[in-house]
Amino acid sequence: MNEILKVSGVGKRFGGVRAVHQVSFHIGEGEIYGLIGPNGAGKTTLFNLINGVIRPDEGRVEFRGQDITGMQPYRVVRLGLSRTHQIVKPLNDMTVLENVTVGACFGASNLSLKAAHSVAYDVLKLVDLNDRSEHLAGELNIAGKKRLEIARAVAAQPGLLLLDETLAGLNPTEVGRMIEVIRRLRDERGIAILMIEHLMQAIMGLSDRVMVLNFGEMLAEGSPEEIANDEVVIEAYLGDPDLTHKILEMST
Amino acid sequence: MYKRPFFWIVLAVTAIFALVPGISGDVSLRESLLLGAVYIVLASNLNLMIGYTGYVNFGNIAFFGLGGYLGMYMVTVLHWPLWLASLIAGACVSLLALLLGLGILRLRGAYFALATIGIVEAVKALVANLPAFGGASGMYLSFSSFAPLGGPRHALWIVYFAIVALMGVSLLLSLAIKNSKFGLGLFAIREDEDAAIVLGVRAPWYKSAIYAISAFIPAMVGTLYFFKNGVILPDQAFDLTLSIEAIVMLMLGGQGTVFGAAFGAFVYEQFRGFLLVSPTFSQFQLVVAGVLLLAIVLFLPGGFTGWLYRRLPKLRKVLE
Repeated sequence: MNEILKVSGVGKRFGGVRAVHQVSFHIGEGEIYGLIGPNGAGKTTLFNLINGVIRPDEGRVEFRGQDITGMQPYRVVRLGLSRTHQIVKPLNDMTVLENVTVGACFGASNLSLKAAHSVAYDVLKLVDLNDRSEHLAGELNIAGKKRLEIARAVAAQPGLLLLDETLAGLNPTEVGRMIEVIRRLRDERGIAILMIEHLMQAIMGLSDRVMVLNFGEMLAEGSPEEIANDEVVIEAYLGDPDLTHKILEMST
Repeated sequence: MYKRPFFWIVLAVTAIFALVPGISGDVSLRESLLLGAVYIVLASNLNLMIGYTGYVNFGNIAFFGLGGYLGMYMVTVLHWPLWLASLIAGACVSLLALLLGLGILRLRGAYFALATIGIVEAVKALVANLPAFGGASGMYLSFSSFAPLGGPRHALWIVYFAIVALMGVSLLLSLAIKNSKFGLGLFAIREDEDAAIVLGVRAPWYKSAIYAISAFIPAMVGTLYFFKNGVILPDQAFDLTLSIEAIVMLMLGGQGTVFGAAFGAFVYEQFRGFLLVSPTFSQFQLVVAGVLLLAIVLFLPGGFTGWLYRRLPKLRKVLE
């Protein structure tokens, strides 16, 4: 499998806190890679280091073989790496369609306004928001806003998508629909996905490989089964081993 | 763009501004409309910053004043033609804004607003102490400066038409930006700059570019306006009050819309004219403006246009 993202020895300190330390991993084309870990483990910081919101103190980030360490986020998007935010950031006073058009316009293919509109329509259909396209983004409920986050990022036509807790705060029905959307992104569009998620059932079911982050350091990496059976991971994060197995069975 | 109804509305309004006093020859009407046109230029260019990009700029008046000074210098000292002076003043001030913008647009929110007030005062202090610009006593036009335009009476009409034309250009520019990819990027910055950057909008460059664009026409009109007055003084050219009044106009009409900026500016000018001649209110013009601003922010945050849009949503497509 070809590597789309390669992170080597990345680290970041905030004052005395070692938020991320010596993290290395890689993601293949079209792979779904899960990132789990307790609150404050540095998951979102790692996202920020990858897409250029924060510049790492050390280490290197490569996207499709190109060094993107510390590159401005608006450039990273142009190369085909987009992301969503854990705390949704809708452009409130603009319509849903305009929000997604922004994503399409300034994304990897640098589309004209007109071409961006039609891409935006397609993506809205994919995430089931097409009947709300003329609503203001601020009027959507939380599930709608999460879909909008994904739609904007996908409209940029990325090769790799970073999803930051897109399932948090959704009810079970909404979670089911969102998982379906994520799966389709990979299967139909071939987009590689790096996702942070607390919902074990979802991440174990979706991911090809999973990494566990704890206190900014990589604790373990492997297939969902390996992770669920890893003693260290169970102790640090998953807790009850029986429950873990139950989750694993449910998700497959 | 010519498929949009508002394009034709702008052309029609510009034609009315030019033709009504032009045909009737009514000088007092011309003076009133001239001030209206200047206000529309200031408000609609300020709208590019405040309404489109979400950056409150108290310093728009510095562009106007500096344009006036540069233009007057070129006309009175260098004896260049008015057109050339106006154009060069616009270009110089715009370039200056671009350089300035790359620096101060790193600031956000209230910090940016404060910096722009500082710019007005700094430029004013600089000009007032510059012997080449006449220092505190300003610059005066000699009578002969009107000669190339066919004498004073003729010149005043020509300058009026030029300002009205620039008003039309300002409005069309606002309309074109609003419906462009560039405009979409600006709106995204207004809503959430961090989100816009992550979505691929090159925010630092976009902000500086719009700051420079919003300086160009006000500087050109500055040259024309002070040429028409025949005199330019630091206190008049860099009047912070007018900057604040321009914000009131914008809020009154509805920021973020081309129509709102123009409508607010025109109504405010008429209203201000009424207050200035009224015996009861003549000293209270600014008090009234302040109360008006407060009332709008509290009860009509979208201004007149926002209220209109809510009543008649279809108007969104017509009055942009």
